[in-house]
Amino acid sequence: MRSLPPPARNPYWRFLVAGFRGQSAYPLATLAGLVANATFGLLKGGIMGAAVESSGGELSGYSAATMAAFVWLGQGMLGSVNFWGGSDLQARIRSGDVAVDFLRPVSVQAAHVLTDVGRGLFALLPRGLPSVVIGVLVSSMALPPDAAAYALGLVSLLIGITISHATVYVVATTGFWLVETRGVSVFYMALSGFFAGLFTPIYLFPDWLLTIALLTPFPSMMQFPIDLLSGQATGSAAWQHLGVQLVWLAVVLAVGHLTTRAGRRRLEVQGG
Amino acid sequence: MADLRRNLLAYRTVLASRARSQASHRASFRMDLVGAVLIGLIEFAEVWVLYTAADEIGGFTLAQVLLVFGLSDLAFSLADLVAGHCDNLPVYVRAGTLDVFFLRPQPVLAQLITSDLSLRRLARCLVGATAFTVGLVLNDIDWSAATIGLLVLALVCGFVIFAAQFVTAAGLQFFLVNGAEMTNAFVYGGRYAATQPATVWPRALLVVFGAIFPVAFAAYLPVSTLLGVPGVAGLPTWLGWCAPIAALWAVVVAGLCWRWGLRHYRGAGG
Repeated sequence: MRSLPPPARNPYWRFLVAGFRGQSAYPLATLAGLVANATFGLLKGGIMGAAVESSGGELSGYSAATMAAFVWLGQGMLGSVNFWGGSDLQARIRSGDVAVDFLRPVSVQAAHVLTDVGRGLFALLPRGLPSVVIGVLVSSMALPPDAAAYALGLVSLLIGITISHATVYVVATTGFWLVETRGVSVFYMALSGFFAGLFTPIYLFPDWLLTIALLTPFPSMMQFPIDLLSGQATGSAAWQHLGVQLVWLAVVLAVGHLTTRAGRRRLEVQGG
Repeated sequence: MADLRRNLLAYRTVLASRARSQASHRASFRMDLVGAVLIGLIEFAEVWVLYTAADEIGGFTLAQVLLVFGLSDLAFSLADLVAGHCDNLPVYVRAGTLDVFFLRPQPVLAQLITSDLSLRRLARCLVGATAFTVGLVLNDIDWSAATIGLLVLALVCGFVIFAAQFVTAAGLQFFLVNGAEMTNAFVYGGRYAATQPATVWPRALLVVFGAIFPVAFAAYLPVSTLLGVPGVAGLPTWLGWCAPIAALWAVVVAGLCWRWGLRHYRGAGG
């Protein structure tokens, strides 16, 4: 075996790279996703822009420029975060293939989450960037005000993508106890996007609903990275967002670790 | 005539068996129904959040847009119930299942449509129907035969328009296969568009969703006519009555795309 440089010898690094590279094999699918993304972006931009305009140019702290940034950054992130609740692990638990994963000398959780994060990071190139470019071309969207906002925003984006996939991992591990996990996925699908700020910024919610949203990990997946990247949250507010994101990352990873351990004992694979 | 009846009986038997098979897994079926209603409610919540935050968007208030949302959501859900699994075509093509359809003496499209009947989509209709009913109560509507005629016409045409989008998408998927998501732009994008007042769209979207994939005729234009809300500048208020023309156009496009796609299909190899 040829020797690899140190980071490439690490299996977890290779899971990340494999996820990243695997996605690049389907250029047509990527283009298709971009077309759908852009269409939804135009529709969303139209209605949200009209909402800001009819409120006299300012709606719950959003101007036309920051609302456009909200729409197009959100569209750009869509291919990188998981709001539909399904995953490879879900299918592997149902089919029993997960037993093979447990035989490998690596953490099942880390392997699956890292592969998905790798896919998500890849999607930023063909889907994320073009969406933002389209946004800049068709609207007057706000951009990060300075280099620090770019840096913090990208860190926040990376954490957001990881939280999303680590949460979907937890959703999949319910399969150790339930035979059919589609219902759990549908639940996740209905709530995650709504509370993450996929459709409207969560700051448009009435207070009670906003409070509920802020008690979930979902805003950390999309709304907070967008806040940082669009310059809505700066200074201490930006650091606060990052702090909340890190707490949620730790929580969902810990829960995933526990459900994996407990589920492994429950796992029963039939057939031979 | 007897032939036709025998034919229909075959489809009915197939559909009935699909319905029974789903309802027999009770827990999973109930979960599906709850999930479908939940997704509908969240979709409504998006509209509610937006129209509560801003009092009026594109000339519509929350009460008025309830009619647009309800009507289009109901029409889309019904179309989804009937034709929604046309979405599975790329899966069938890749797995080679579609080749089996060609062996049977029935039209491929009819077989594709009866290949599944998702009862959970029935639950989805509830949300649209409720929003529509509440919208009818909240708005000051001048009830007459014409009003009822317009609403029924809109619902039927909306159903036809959305079902036609599913078939159009299926036809195009013979070419796209891996790029199936592209058709989401007008199928699901169309559903999203249909819940909005067209006045907020840039001109390019007006052409796309007002003419090419005419979902604006499913709810927005009929409701504008009904409530007398001034629409897109330069367009007459009676345009809502033209929904049948839009439906006819959508069916023609769907028919052409489907035939074109079917002729292009060469089988996945065996």
